[in-house]
Amino acid sequence: MAASIALIFFYAPVDEDGLNQKIFYFHVPIAFTAYACFAWGGWKALRHLWKREENADLESYVAIHLGVIFGALTLVTGSIWARFRWGHWWEWKEDQLVLFLILFLFYCAYFMLRFSLPPGPQRANLSAVYALFGVALIPVSVLAIRLSQRFIHPVAFNEHGTNMAASQFFTFLVALAAMLALAATMYGVELAGKRLDERLRELREALQ
Amino acid sequence: MTYLADVGALARKDLLLELRARDTIPAMLLFVVSTLVVFHFVLPTGSSDLAATGLLWVALLFTALLGLSRAFAAEREQGVIDGLVLAPSDRSAIWLGKALSILAFLGLAELIALPAYALFFKPVDAALVGGVALANLGIAAVGTLLAAMATAGRARELLLPLLFLPLAIPIVIGGVGASVADDPGRYLGLLGVYDALFAIICWASFEYVVTE
Repeated sequence: MAASIALIFFYAPVDEDGLNQKIFYFHVPIAFTAYACFAWGGWKALRHLWKREENADLESYVAIHLGVIFGALTLVTGSIWARFRWGHWWEWKEDQLVLFLILFLFYCAYFMLRFSLPPGPQRANLSAVYALFGVALIPVSVLAIRLSQRFIHPVAFNEHGTNMAASQFFTFLVALAAMLALAATMYGVELAGKRLDERLRELREALQ
Repeated sequence: MTYLADVGALARKDLLLELRARDTIPAMLLFVVSTLVVFHFVLPTGSSDLAATGLLWVALLFTALLGLSRAFAAEREQGVIDGLVLAPSDRSAIWLGKALSILAFLGLAELIALPAYALFFKPVDAALVGGVALANLGIAAVGTLLAAMATAGRARELLLPLLFLPLAIPIVIGGVGASVADDPGRYLGLLGVYDALFAIICWASFEYVVTE
C-alpha cells in the first residue's frame, strides 16, 4: 500500500491533466476492488444457495459490505475527478460513475432487506437471492447505460482508458494490487470479528 | 403438463379473487390516470413531448409498484403462502402463476393508460407499445419475486420500492429509449435480454424465497 502511494506520487509521470490525474490511481483500483467484492459476494451467495455452505451467508454479507464501502469511495473519488476534469461535481456522461450510483442504490437496498428480517435461514436465503440479482444487474446496467448515452447525449462517448504509458500502467497495476490486498485484509478482519461476535453470542446464550 | 396446470390454476385463483373483491385493479387504473393528469400540470407549457414520454414511464412504473405491493396481500393475511409451499407442486409454479396474474393486471392498467396518454399528450406508436409490452414482462417477473421477498420483511410496503427501483433502471432505459430513439430495435433488444435473464434467475431462485 505504502509502496503504491510512493509510486503514485513520485514515479508516475504527470500527464497533461496535471496533478489531478493522480486520483486516477486511486479511483480506478478502488472501482475494480468494489467489483471484485460484489462478485465475491455473489459467488458466496451462490455457494450458500447451491451447496448450503454454512459460512457462505456471512461471507457474502461481509464482501458486499466492503463492496459498498469501496463503491462509496469510488463515487467520491470519481466526483472529485469529474470536478477537476470537467468542472462539475457530477457527470452523467461518465458511464462508470452512473453504474456505481445504480449499484450503490441497489446494495443499500440489500442492507435494508437484510436488516428488516430476523436472523435465520430465511434472511440468509433472501439476501443470497438478492445478491445474485446484483451480479446479474451489473452487465445489464453496463449495456443499458451505454445505450442510454445515445438518447441522453447524442455525441458518441469515446474510450480513452487504454492508452497509458508503461510507467503509468505499472503504477496502476501496483495500486490495483495494493487496493485488492487492502480489501482482502479488511475482509479477513471483518469476518473474524463477525465470527467472534457470533461465537460470543452463542456462549452467552449457553450460559443463560 | 401438471406444472402448467398448476400455474394456470394459481393464476386463475388470483384473477378470480380480483374479480370478486376488485381492490387492486380499480386502484391501479385510477392511480395511473390521475398521475397522467398531474403530469400535465408538472410540464410547463412549451416543454417537449419527449418529457411527456419520460413521465409516462414514471407513471407506469409507479402503477406497477402499486399493484405489486398488493400482490401477496391475500397470501399474507390469510396465511395462504404456507399452504402453497406445502402443496405437492414445484415452488416456481407459485411465482409463475403470480407473475402471470400481475402481467394481466399491468396489461389492463395500460389498456387505459396508453389511450389516456394519447389523448392528453401525443399519439402512441408501435415502438412504444412494444416497449411497454416487453417492459411488462420484466416488471412482472422481477416484481413478483421482490414482492414475495418484501412480504417476509418487517416494513413490507416500504421495502418493495427500495428493492425494485434500482433493478428497474435498465427497464426504464430500454423503455424510454424504445419510445424516443430513432432506432428502437436496440432498446427492445435490451428489454428482451433483461426479461430473459431475470425471468430465468427468478424462476430458479423463487424456491429459496419461500422456503427455509
